[in-house]
Amino acid sequence: MNRERPLVLGIESSCDETGVGIVRGDELLANTVSSSMDEHVRFGGVIPEIASRAHLDAMIPTLRQALDEAGVTLEDIDALAVTSGPGLAGALMVGVCAAKALAVATGKPLYAINHLVAHVGVGVLDGGTLPQNLGALLVSGGHTEILRVKSLTDDVELLGATIDDAAGEAYDKVARILGLGYPGGPVIDRIAREGNPKAIRFPRGLSQPKYMGTAEQPGPHRYDWSFSGLKTAVARCVEGFEAAGQQVPVADIAASFQEAVVDVITAKAMLACTENGISNLLLGGGVAANSRLRALTEERCAAHGISLRVPPIRLCTDNGAMVAALGAQVVMAGGEPSGITFAPDSSMPVTSVHLPPVR
Amino acid sequence: MLILSVDTSAIASAALLTGEGQILRAFATEDTRTHAEVLAPGIRALLDEAAVAPAELDSLVVGVGPGPFTGLRSGIATARALAFAWDKPLHGVMSLDAVAAQAAPAARAAGQPEYIVATDARRKEVYWARYGTAGSAVMGTAGDAVLPELLDGPHVGPASEVPPLPAYGRGAGLYPEQLAAVAGFEGVQPTAEALGRTAAARLARGLPLLDTTPLYLRESDAKVPGPRKRAL
Ligand SMILES: [Zn+2]
Repeated sequence: MNRERPLVLGIESSCDETGVGIVRGDELLANTVSSSMDEHVRFGGVIPEIASRAHLDAMIPTLRQALDEAGVTLEDIDALAVTSGPGLAGALMVGVCAAKALAVATGKPLYAINHLVAHVGVGVLDGGTLPQNLGALLVSGGHTEILRVKSLTDDVELLGATIDDAAGEAYDKVARILGLGYPGGPVIDRIAREGNPKAIRFPRGLSQPKYMGTAEQPGPHRYDWSFSGLKTAVARCVEGFEAAGQQVPVADIAASFQEAVVDVITAKAMLACTENGISNLLLGGGVAANSRLRALTEERCAAHGISLRVPPIRLCTDNGAMVAALGAQVVMAGGEPSGITFAPDSSMPVTSVHLPPVR
Repeated sequence: MLILSVDTSAIASAALLTGEGQILRAFATEDTRTHAEVLAPGIRALLDEAAVAPAELDSLVVGVGPGPFTGLRSGIATARALAFAWDKPLHGVMSLDAVAAQAAPAARAAGQPEYIVATDARRKEVYWARYGTAGSAVMGTAGDAVLPELLDGPHVGPASEVPPLPAYGRGAGLYPEQLAAVAGFEGVQPTAEALGRTAAARLARGLPLLDTTPLYLRESDAKVPGPRKRAL
């Protein structure tokens, strides 16, 4: 196998995007994504069975298009990579089965890749090798995590995560409460610009001393987030205005909600960085597109002397290129292929960057 | 002619067979929850043991259900990716046809002009279809017994709603009080072997096969959310 600049094809199907990406080393050749988002709109959130059906329909056309775009054939590929978790079980299954079949058909080695670490690995496609003392803040509809990345291919640690809703989910639910439709992120971001972020003081979850503790004696959720209470607070606020017969100040609520989310995310991320020797931060996941999150992360990173890297947004949202990119890094680091007997793992931990072969 | 057949509508199975319906190699697993793990290794072993190079295959067939969604998709995703990578034609076969083919000789011998095939649809329901033993089969041709005629279905529903006819397959075995389960067939599930033979017989007679659109028969469970619940 070419381990110098391997040509790797990556498949992603952990949520509602079917992605196939092709990279050569750290160079992006193709990144084809088919999303079932439109089919979830009327439900106000991702429906796993609908996403799984859409993955099956989209997989081969997406694969074909990626190969065409990259101008390569399956025969040219050095290795295959696929998201094996975390994610929706039925959705992961489609990508894993397709990837295993490609491995059987072509005889190429297959790497089972961690989706969350792939959100970090995609960084190499935009600016090359990632810096030392690296942390990653991942915010999307499916996850909210802060990671310490000592080695992209074999030493990743989860410092904190949401204990209930993902930040993107909170946006979707609040958008629904405010009657703004789905997905909630872009529309709340837009409307928030017309509102006053200080109009209403919404709670910052898990920020009380009993959860935070101190740097020396950390509490149980020092770097963790919770967004379900915030969602309830928004609902109460809206009902309060309605009960009083007043017009609901949608823009002010949107702005205040967004401020609460972004404030607590970045405050805890900064704490995690400064207390764990992280001096370089990568921001990833679909919510990296949020203007306020980007602005406040930039501001607070600058204040703490932390360098910030944000990949282009098409690489931040779920895609196959990130899976291919991390797969290529694992290949270049001499990692063993995962074989074709592994099971998808909907709660794959970040400590498992790629699955070892089953012996 | 060489055909690779795959079915995951109930158990996970694959078979390599000739155009005359002769099975060269087959594998099947009883476990219904590990399709994604076992299917690809099973197919790889099948080809290795039969010493068949992919280039020698003429076509692939896959069971398109009905069957539990996630398992069903694993077979279709696998077959589609194999067919794409090998650039071979891929056909679909309704998975209950596989059981119907196995049941047909017994049904004829018992003088049953019509019969039911039923498989487990979980949630206290069965997938079922009604078949006829007369009609389409051309007597004297090799494999005629494997081509019973599909008269109605496939459907999904409680066993109590299935027409009162002799019933073959695991669905019948699960609900012996509602269905007239035929002895010896209470545990029969669709397999790639039987499915492949059905496909081979149809191909040999120039009869059409299906495309690979899955027969889910049920909508996703998703519900459009109602008006906002009050938090106060
Ligand atoms: Zn993601």
